[in-house]
Amino acid sequence: MTTHTGPHPTRRLILQGAASVALIGLGNLPLTPARAAANDKYPEEAFKLKNEADAIKALYGKTAEPSDKIKLDAPEIAENGGVVPISVTTTLDKVTSISFFVADNPNALAASYKIPDGTIPAVANRLKMAKTSNVTAIVEADGKLYSATKEVKVTVGGCGG
Amino acid sequence: MAIRRRDFLKSTAAATASLVLPRFARGAETASIYDIERFGNARILHLTDTHAQLNPVYFREPSVNIGIGEMAGRPPHLVGHAFLEHFGIRPDSADAYAFTCVEFEKSAGRFGKLGGFAHLKTLIDRLRGDVGDKHAMLVDGGDLWQGTGLANIMQGRDMVEVANLLGIEAMTGHWEFTYGEQVLRDNLERFKGEFLAQNVFLTEEAAFNDAAAFDKATGRVFKPSTIKELGGHRVAIIGQAFPYVPIAHPKRFTPDWTFGIREEELQKHVDALRGADKVDAVILLSHNGMDVDLKLASRVTGIDVILGGHTHDAVPQPIAVKNAGGTTFVTNAGSNGKFLGVLDLALDKGKVSDVKYHLLPVYSELLKPDPAMAELIGKLRAPHVTDWSEKIATPDRLLYRRDNFAGPIDELICTALRTELDAEIALSPGFRWGVTALSGQPMTMEDVLAETAITYPETYVQEMTGAEIKDVLEDICDNLFNADPYYQQGGDMVRAGGLSYSCNPTNAIGSRISELKLANGKALSAARRYKVAGWASVNGQQGAPVWDVVGKYLRSGRMFQERLGSGVSLRGVDGNPGVAG
Repeated sequence: MTTHTGPHPTRRLILQGAASVALIGLGNLPLTPARAAANDKYPEEAFKLKNEADAIKALYGKTAEPSDKIKLDAPEIAENGGVVPISVTTTLDKVTSISFFVADNPNALAASYKIPDGTIPAVANRLKMAKTSNVTAIVEADGKLYSATKEVKVTVGGCGG
Repeated sequence: MAIRRRDFLKSTAAATASLVLPRFARGAETASIYDIERFGNARILHLTDTHAQLNPVYFREPSVNIGIGEMAGRPPHLVGHAFLEHFGIRPDSADAYAFTCVEFEKSAGRFGKLGGFAHLKTLIDRLRGDVGDKHAMLVDGGDLWQGTGLANIMQGRDMVEVANLLGIEAMTGHWEFTYGEQVLRDNLERFKGEFLAQNVFLTEEAAFNDAAAFDKATGRVFKPSTIKELGGHRVAIIGQAFPYVPIAHPKRFTPDWTFGIREEELQKHVDALRGADKVDAVILLSHNGMDVDLKLASRVTGIDVILGGHTHDAVPQPIAVKNAGGTTFVTNAGSNGKFLGVLDLALDKGKVSDVKYHLLPVYSELLKPDPAMAELIGKLRAPHVTDWSEKIATPDRLLYRRDNFAGPIDELICTALRTELDAEIALSPGFRWGVTALSGQPMTMEDVLAETAITYPETYVQEMTGAEIKDVLEDICDNLFNADPYYQQGGDMVRAGGLSYSCNPTNAIGSRISELKLANGKALSAARRYKVAGWASVNGQQGAPVWDVVGKYLRSGRMFQERLGSGVSLRGVDGNPGVAG
């Protein structure tokens, strides 16, 4: 989810913004949920944990299995480690939440989205990454957890041919 | 000259046989290597990575070009005799000289310089004429506008004029972007061909601010492809710019644009061209680099041929890569105007039924320079050339750049930086462009510029801890040797002066670099701070341009007097054919 500021938002971007679903938290900077489903408590514990496996367990209480039905789109090499664009779509049915984890960030859980019934399960987010790390998307669907992982390299910059 | 002609004739038979795919091998009786037997109904001529070298050059191919993992021991990671054996090229032939480092200095005297745009013009016109204009097109894979002092001072305008006279119909880019958006757009206004890039998009902020784009709906900044009628068939050329421009170069040149390989967008575009546009062939004009192209060819379907560049690999035969949709041929056409790729296609309704490929070395002594192009080059060079013609040094050894870890040109630059800027350690970028200078031949400022002419040449001196230095080396080393080509940026290892180390390319990031030592033999301490000089930083710097620093050092007459104390010991790659034995 991105924030657009400026005088003349285009129709396309407004639509894109509207399609983004409730943002529960972003990295270490918890934001006020925009349209969080009612009665969902902010998962404070999970955001505080350093380790990815611990954070997944705190958030979901179970482990995930890899799935090729999740499409995780992230750059191989980040153009700017401070704002790494990442998005997830999935063909899994009955999706109830999608979360992002950056294994080597100080706190692994970066964002978690509740997906209300009838919503297309597609979310986009920007991650702050201090260094090269695996990025994992967890999709909760029909009560089960599924994952997709991709390495995103944060480099000091090389020199091309 | 008589001796030279004899040398060429002697080598011709081997040359022609080695330049074609074995399955299409023709008789070795052909008199000239530029007489190409008519094949198919469409011919695409491919130039790439000429780096603005208007006149013929010496360019020594690498003696170290290591491939790791799946890339080990396969083209383009073969050098020297391993390369000659793989492609069946005779060691003392003209082709051996053009394609490899084997006996480079000896052969340079026999076969002379390669490339030059007046010579290229003659060859291109001939190969177009052989098949007729309705059957031929000329494309350029980028890195056309950068690499010389002239291109730098003219911001690539010289090369646009040359491209127009040469008849380049489509191109993509890499260093072109380092002139910034305004210059790029101004140059493209003058360019008679089309600039294609399917993988350059507006950032969300730029899209929001309504920045200029070819297609606002997709955010594509440039036209992704063009369709040309060749021999009565429709051929699509898709442009693939260098995917890592804002990472490998200062981001300030392209603040509004985001790049990447963009496999998914590419696949969609290929499918659309094959579907709605009903093209008969799809060609990817790529600046990905060869390892990236080989991986991409295994994953994206519907591309017939990838005409590749960036990694400067002169690969005589295409590599056939299988994917879910069929086979994609991958080529890479060398650098500095040394080679011209000739792709002949046999086109049928909706498909390519056969291909034939030649990578022709552009032997300047076998080609008469085109008078109109020679005149244009003279006119473009005239206002600047006298400023740069002063002889400032005479090297006592062969000066070249291309190798994974080091080359005498960069040893010279590092020594100049350390000496002039009074630093313990110097770092110099592992570019793959920059020509070769023969021992005993006078060097001019124009020669120095041909190794250094970039738009961010400022030198710097900064303090770095030993640990930071190691991290930088590890990071850049991973750009070369990551087991997954999509994580490689192309280019070579950063050059280190006043610092030696061991490298095991087969290890993972963080454990490739060890045994770091200063020039005095002392081990580098992780905690101590060292004075490090360098240039071509992706962060803004304020120091004098590197060419002035190198020029000053050369004028002092101290070339190579200081002991270098540099050197890289390789580990874990014994027997790798990417290292010349």
